[in-house]
Amino acid sequence: MSKIVAKTGNEAMAEAMRQINPDVVAAYPITPATEIVMIFAKYVADGLVDTNFVAVESEHSAMSACVGASAAGVRVMTGTSSQGLCLMYEILPIAAALRLPIVMCDVNRAISGPINIHCDHSDTMAARDFGWLQIFSENSQEAYDSLIQAIRIAEDPRVHLPTMVTTDGFIISHCLDKIEILDDKDVTAFIGQDRKANNRLLDLKNPTSVGLLDLQDYYFEHRVPVAQAMKDSKKVILEVADEFAKKFGRKYGLIEEYKLADAEVAIVALGSTCGTAKVVIDELRAKGVKAGMLKIRVFRPFPAEEIVKALSNVKALAVLDRSDTWSAQGGQVFTEIRSAFYEAAKKPKITNFIYGLGGREIDLPQLHTVFESLKNIDKQPVVQYLGVRE
Amino acid sequence: MDSTVEIRWHGRGGQGAKTAALLLGEAALSLGKNIQAFPEYGPERMGAPVASFNRISSEPITIHCSITNPSIVIVLDPTLMDSVDVTAGLPDNGVIIVNTKLCPADVRKQLKLKGGKVFTVDASGISKELIGREIPNTPMMGALVKATGLFDIESMLKDTEAKLKKKFAAKPEIVQGNVDAIRRAYKEVIGE
Amino acid sequence: MSEKPGWKSLPEGDVVKAGTAAEFKTGDWRSERPVWFPERCIHCLFCWISCPDSSIIVKDQKMTGIDYDHCKGCGICAKECPVKPQKALEMKPERGEETCQK
Repeated sequence: MSKIVAKTGNEAMAEAMRQINPDVVAAYPITPATEIVMIFAKYVADGLVDTNFVAVESEHSAMSACVGASAAGVRVMTGTSSQGLCLMYEILPIAAALRLPIVMCDVNRAISGPINIHCDHSDTMAARDFGWLQIFSENSQEAYDSLIQAIRIAEDPRVHLPTMVTTDGFIISHCLDKIEILDDKDVTAFIGQDRKANNRLLDLKNPTSVGLLDLQDYYFEHRVPVAQAMKDSKKVILEVADEFAKKFGRKYGLIEEYKLADAEVAIVALGSTCGTAKVVIDELRAKGVKAGMLKIRVFRPFPAEEIVKALSNVKALAVLDRSDTWSAQGGQVFTEIRSAFYEAAKKPKITNFIYGLGGREIDLPQLHTVFESLKNIDKQPVVQYLGVRE
Repeated sequence: MDSTVEIRWHGRGGQGAKTAALLLGEAALSLGKNIQAFPEYGPERMGAPVASFNRISSEPITIHCSITNPSIVIVLDPTLMDSVDVTAGLPDNGVIIVNTKLCPADVRKQLKLKGGKVFTVDASGISKELIGREIPNTPMMGALVKATGLFDIESMLKDTEAKLKKKFAAKPEIVQGNVDAIRRAYKEVIGE
Repeated sequence: MSEKPGWKSLPEGDVVKAGTAAEFKTGDWRSERPVWFPERCIHCLFCWISCPDSSIIVKDQKMTGIDYDHCKGCGICAKECPVKPQKALEMKPERGEETCQK
């Protein structure tokens, strides 16, 4: 039997990890993700899971240990945030190239400097080109559900790529929220008792070499399959989501459309901001404004066709980025979306708002300002910073 | 949004403002409400002013920004009224509940508050007597229920007792002390 | 490049059968080679245990020769050889010691 409980984002992720019962967890604590691993370590100490918990001395070592364990064929998880994720960067693309289905709880937090512990998406966005699937969560429930689905997606033979499921630091990670926790047995049945690995590093009868040197003549051929798997993963993500919906009732996609069907003005956002934006859209709708939102749940692979299809009838669109590429051409989400629309016959006018860096508040009046600006989208600059003091 | 009650707790680091918000959230959830509870994260240290928040609603809660206009404010430490603007954003029909030996009229004068409702209760005294330590957060939950009628006191007590029993399995006297303190504050809180 | 396999036919994740170096001559860039003098050898097998390339050939617990297809000429075997006064393994230039005849 599932049960309704109150859990913070971190507690929800730790609970999903307990139910997933991975074979190996290697992690190093960092705010605001510390609790996930701390709670999970207690589960290990209390004998509630069979996990081999590796307390490493840095995130670089954590991801290295994850790669080794996953190459050995077992189910592996970890959790981190911000500078911790940055310290993993060197190993993240190796996990993808080796096609290891490691699943990570990633709590979105600003990257230094200045030092800041609060939410933005800079850490995760900077990791977008390492071959990891990236799933964003609006709230604790989505984080919990997506973490369970991530095991299935990552371990699917058509994918075999590492996957990170993210929550927004403090806003979700430390907010007590109402969520439905599934029955332990149902989770086990959904993800399967064990990972089915083709190659096992420790199979003495069939010894393998892992982590090879590939030069000019082979490296390219070993990178392209990552792109192909990323492309193929879209179908798998939807299949897993469908099965999850049939079994447990909550439906997920690559994107979520909120009152978009007849929308004339719309925003695109990721994570917790989407929940706040829903309130603003309801308020605008009550006044007769045809406002809507597209929430990106899966940022890698990037659902370009789905986004173009969902937004083609919108007249004016604001893309909200909680991070910057520092290219002077807008944030990561914005540049992807503009690129996706390049070939489209019908497209909205698009502007970019970079907001909420370092946990800067994003509230209802600010989101109203964004929608207000769409009335005069021709007068908007390509990129503007929302809520920054001039 | 009108169906959502927003609450702000003021305390000092170590007084249990965060725990109070979490306990209230869990209690409201078990009484069938949708809830949020979250602390304000700043430079935390023992004794520094801190705040925590609740949203309680019969509708699903999607909003994730801070609470700037709470309809209920709870002050765990009366000395905060000198240094922190505890009534910030409180609407004219708002409710403020203060842990103090003063009567509501004194508090109203001190805060220069014209509208709203002011409640006071000696939660520190109650907790010292019944729990053995100055932890005003649980008795303030009793005062909150009385002052606002958010939910039925008996249902809330039953739920909180069960939660505390889990948390303090080895110290049953703490559980009874807290339950008695909530009930006592519920009875003794006065308002105008 | 045309005879090499395309990306679709390569093993996933670049995970391949282990020990394939046996199929290649990996010692062809050696500049010095160890030369074994059987008459001095005491078969202590220090060379065998020290060799990083498994290039000391041992049969029935006796040193029998060197696998020059895989020996890289690192010289560890000669360094470790304990036989005195003359070692049973000595490093010699790979290309012999021919000199210009003009």
